[in-house]
Amino acid sequence: MVPITTLHYLVLGAALFLLGVIGVLTRRNVVIVLMSIELILNAVNLNLVAFSHYWQSMPARLGGGPLALHGQIFSIFVITDAAAEAAVGLGILIAFFRNKETVNIDEVNLLKW
Amino acid sequence: MHEILQYISSYLTSDKTPGAAGNMFWVLVYIMLVFTGLSVAVIAMNWLERKILAHMQVRLGPMRVGPHGLLQPIADAIKLLLKEDIMPAEADGFVFWMAPLIVVLAAFTVFVVVPFGPTHAITDMNIGILFMLGVSSLSVLGIVMAGWASNSHYPLIGALRSSAQMVSYEVAMGLAVVSAILMTSLNASGTGTLSMIGIVQAQFEQGEWFVFKFFPLGLIAFFIFAVAMVAETNRAPFDLAEAESELTAGFHTEYSGFRWSLFFLAEYSAMIAVSSIAVTLWLGGWLRPFPHWLIGTPWDQIFSLFPGVTFLFLAAICFYNTVRMPKHPLFRIQTIGLAGFGVVLGLIGLVLFIPAVSVRVQDIFWFSTKVAGFMYLYIWYRGTFPRYRFDQLMQMGWKVLLPMGLGVLILTAGVALLQQNIWHP
Amino acid sequence: MLIGGIAVITRKNPVHSALALIVALLAQASIYLMLYAPFVAGVQIILYAGGIMVLFLFVIMLVSIDRSMKERQFNSQWVVGMIAATALGGLFIAVYTKGKSIFPDGVPAIVEGDNTQKVANLLYGQYMFAFEIASLLLLVAIIGAVVMAKKRI
Repeated sequence: MVPITTLHYLVLGAALFLLGVIGVLTRRNVVIVLMSIELILNAVNLNLVAFSHYWQSMPARLGGGPLALHGQIFSIFVITDAAAEAAVGLGILIAFFRNKETVNIDEVNLLKW
Repeated sequence: MHEILQYISSYLTSDKTPGAAGNMFWVLVYIMLVFTGLSVAVIAMNWLERKILAHMQVRLGPMRVGPHGLLQPIADAIKLLLKEDIMPAEADGFVFWMAPLIVVLAAFTVFVVVPFGPTHAITDMNIGILFMLGVSSLSVLGIVMAGWASNSHYPLIGALRSSAQMVSYEVAMGLAVVSAILMTSLNASGTGTLSMIGIVQAQFEQGEWFVFKFFPLGLIAFFIFAVAMVAETNRAPFDLAEAESELTAGFHTEYSGFRWSLFFLAEYSAMIAVSSIAVTLWLGGWLRPFPHWLIGTPWDQIFSLFPGVTFLFLAAICFYNTVRMPKHPLFRIQTIGLAGFGVVLGLIGLVLFIPAVSVRVQDIFWFSTKVAGFMYLYIWYRGTFPRYRFDQLMQMGWKVLLPMGLGVLILTAGVALLQQNIWHP
Repeated sequence: MLIGGIAVITRKNPVHSALALIVALLAQASIYLMLYAPFVAGVQIILYAGGIMVLFLFVIMLVSIDRSMKERQFNSQWVVGMIAATALGGLFIAVYTKGKSIFPDGVPAIVEGDNTQKVANLLYGQYMFAFEIASLLLLVAIIGAVVMAKKRI
């Protein structure tokens, strides 16, 4: 059994980030784009918590030790921000949908020449 | 073989829950016990609800199926299992199938951390109360999916209303819970805890149930939670989303047979789950009344008689009703059935008098009694209060309970600070 | 979790995508438990899976019309998007294969007795200012969402 090092968690986070980026860049449905943004934020959270766990095994004089939970606190703030951003983003979506009756990103072209 | 027996019996002398001790076999045994107990409780709740509601409305309720309707839930279960499984033609098949599953899973997973005693929980997570609140908020997802997948108007509106109501009252519930957790940090060691067993132990150390602490702050917090939990489980008087006269059964209109019984099971399990949160946080969990004032051997003996006496009392009711049964030859089977049921209850009561058994059963008995009291309150509310209109419901959740919860939280924090610094420096 | 993520970006039906995202979020919570962060796992389940996803499902139900499911799913720039994503993936692989040696083998097991208390100490002690700013941010988001979705201001 290969021991699960921090690197495995970071690779998983990178894979999720990649999936989220593909979702944002290639889908037409706005709601799915917003969900891919949530995937990206989750990948970032995973990285943060993995690094916080890594620091907890580092010696204290380098900033580690069992109280080095800064990554976890940062990830709590990221979750809070994701909630706020999802709310505002979906509000914008609803306001836009009321005007145009479609959830296609390609049709958001009112500012195009 | 010897190692297996060693593994099984090594847990019996430990003082931790099976999850904390890591003993897989006993974890599975406890899960089976909780699952069985929960199923029995849901069946009993079905019968009790119909009978108690009927007696409150001056009628008799089901009397035909078994003696005094005791076999009615079994008849209901058989009917539900044999009904045809209908799915609307345009419905989303996968989501339609998943929705009752999610609601049932969320309702049953909550019971992993419910403490029936100091070591009688499946596991004691460090974030017990957070876990319970989180998993019970997953059932909202199942309801939204159920309304969406039915692809018709009434379930959709019912699901939207029901989930909006549940989400609003979750906020008030959370605030009331936080103010109770604040009170756990007032013990000698100075740190609070989120684990369910730790909360009851904090009540034991501080010598009073949290509902009476900082009077009336504990009482108001308990009241906020009691109202919010009734709204959270979509029960009367907040059952606009599933009332038959309003929206033709709301989000579970299109479900029939076994799928509907899953929703029904999940609703009653959620009721028992939030009642056990209320009992653990405010009413002292498994502690018997007056754990600190009435101590000493005579009081311990008196309180240890309670489980047996309760079952003997139920058996006496059964025998009394047996004697009052009509003396017609067609009623002979029912009379014998009721007498047999009374005998079984009496035997359980007598078994509970044995000191070795009653010592172990004490905690579970007190916990179950308090939760049963809450179940009676639920049925009482259903029979007494008229239904709230939906805008009145949302108004009460956001404009009344939320400010009250915030106020209680701030006042509790203030009084706790005063107590820590000024009265006991 | 990866299966959930792939399902999010490939499903035609947005409700199925939302369900896949819920699965991914719950899997993420269990990974947090593996990393000895029970408080973050609890917060993830309550907020993300129980709050944000309910919001998403509400909006999908209000907005998603059947017409959108019958159109093309991937937009017109998907080739460029895939090239950019492949470039990003290549960058990740390069970084991780070069820096693989920093991380020690095996992740130490930490006793998770009082993780919540420690997080609370840090959150209300060192990061108090960020906490207040986050509450202000949520207030702004609430007001913004309400104004955005009103029919007449």
